[in-house]
Amino acid sequence: MDLIRMKNVKKTYHNGVTALYDMSLTIKKGEFVFVIGHTGCGKSTLVKMLYRQEKPDSGYINVGGIDVTKLKNSKVYKLRRKIGVVFQDFKLLNKLTVYENVAFALEIFGLPKKEIYDKTIKVLDLVGLKGKAKNYPTELSGGEQQRVAIARAIVNGPKLLICDEPTGNLDESTSFEIMKVLEEINNLGTTIIMVTHDTDIVKRMKKRVILLDTGRILKDYEEGTYKHEGL
Amino acid sequence: MKVCRILGRNIRDSFKGVIRNFSLSLASISCITITLIVVSISIILSYNVNSFAENVEKDVTIVAFMKNDITDEEKDDVLERIKEINGIDSITYQSKTDIAAEMMASSEDLKNILSQYDESTSPLQPTYQVKVKNIEEIGKIALKIKKIKGVDIVKYGEGMVEQLVSVFDIVRKITIGMVIALIIVTAFLISNTIKITIFSRKREIEIMRLVGASNINIKIPFIFEGLFLGVLGSVIPIIITTYGYTALYKKFSGQLFSPFIKLIKPTPFIYEISLTLIIIGVLVGMYGSLKAVRKHLKI
Repeated sequence: MDLIRMKNVKKTYHNGVTALYDMSLTIKKGEFVFVIGHTGCGKSTLVKMLYRQEKPDSGYINVGGIDVTKLKNSKVYKLRRKIGVVFQDFKLLNKLTVYENVAFALEIFGLPKKEIYDKTIKVLDLVGLKGKAKNYPTELSGGEQQRVAIARAIVNGPKLLICDEPTGNLDESTSFEIMKVLEEINNLGTTIIMVTHDTDIVKRMKKRVILLDTGRILKDYEEGTYKHEGL
Repeated sequence: MKVCRILGRNIRDSFKGVIRNFSLSLASISCITITLIVVSISIILSYNVNSFAENVEKDVTIVAFMKNDITDEEKDDVLERIKEINGIDSITYQSKTDIAAEMMASSEDLKNILSQYDESTSPLQPTYQVKVKNIEEIGKIALKIKKIKGVDIVKYGEGMVEQLVSVFDIVRKITIGMVIALIIVTAFLISNTIKITIFSRKREIEIMRLVGASNINIKIPFIFEGLFLGVLGSVIPIIITTYGYTALYKKFSGQLFSPFIKLIKPTPFIYEISLTLIIIGVLVGMYGSLKAVRKHLKI
């Protein structure tokens, strides 16, 4: 079953820079896919289009049965509820505690308090931060903050988790901690697309790798076939 | 049940929003407070000017002097004819004796002169004093009365009344214009202040969108927040209006400089203004918030 289908997607920004040329791609349910490439190769644009932060100029994108290209602005939330997104800069609300930051994603659905509590604690447990539920993000290390962000992204049980350079701000050992968490989430059935610069991680994880160059797919490596060939 | 929970959460969050972003909320609240005080003062002024103008206009009277030798029958006939004219408010009759008594009371000299005459020899003319419903028609009505048989002279302060009417008309238009302009400026100022408040929470909105909150879901807490800001911002102006105007009214015992200029009674006037202020505060607060949030909900 394909979770993501992109066909002949093209994107040019207002300043005239073309980020993607005629991109076609399919990703199956349960896959773990790395998207790598130089700065400015279109990695971020590619994933931004999946959660419709950017609209393509032409082409077709389908994510989990939703035709993203035809999605109205006011209906974007329907797509977002199926997708979790994690960023390099965590995007946590510093005025809320760890628990509140994660529960935030559930409260908007109007779930009963008990259910919110159970789900939040469960997911904090999964990322290993159950003990820090009452702390504020500023009191945590970078790796811990990223784990909070991951917890928030998956608490709704999304089909797809998009990670845009989640380890970009973290040191090597912390990065591997994050990768362990992501792998665990993937093993539970969530499809993961991760944009990264870090070829060490990519080599170690032995997953499918899509190498982009100036807006085109240069190479699509099957699981475990990527060797360091340089970005 | 679900709707209740979402609504409850929204109200709670908007309270939290006001408190968590206290310094910015305070900026919005003070902005609303100051502008509403100015609005309140201008409303009070314009209403008082209008009420003064209305009182003056009500006092303007047409005096129809009848011929000196008019008979009672002719007099009644004149009354009937005046009554037939459209736009008449009230008619009072003053006989020669009434007028003589009034004049004699006003000065000693007049008393000496007038006491030499009796009813039949008096040079005075009996009058009908006519009040009109619409002061702008006073000239037309005076002309009609003048044509009635038995009426000698008609006076209503020609020239002066027309000027007064046009001056009041201008004053009224200016004050109404000022109040409207002030309300628009208020709306603009407040919505801008709120815009700054919300700009600092761009991240919050962005995250809400990311985790799948629908646009309405995002807007509602901010709209409630605007409502709270409006309510909080109108508290001080309402207190100032209520106590300030009542105190002012008492101090001047209901009139300004002379009994001629009467102030509007504080009740229910102050309640009406308070209601207006709170409505303006709330609407402008909600509108400002909505406008500011909407900007961040595009793509």
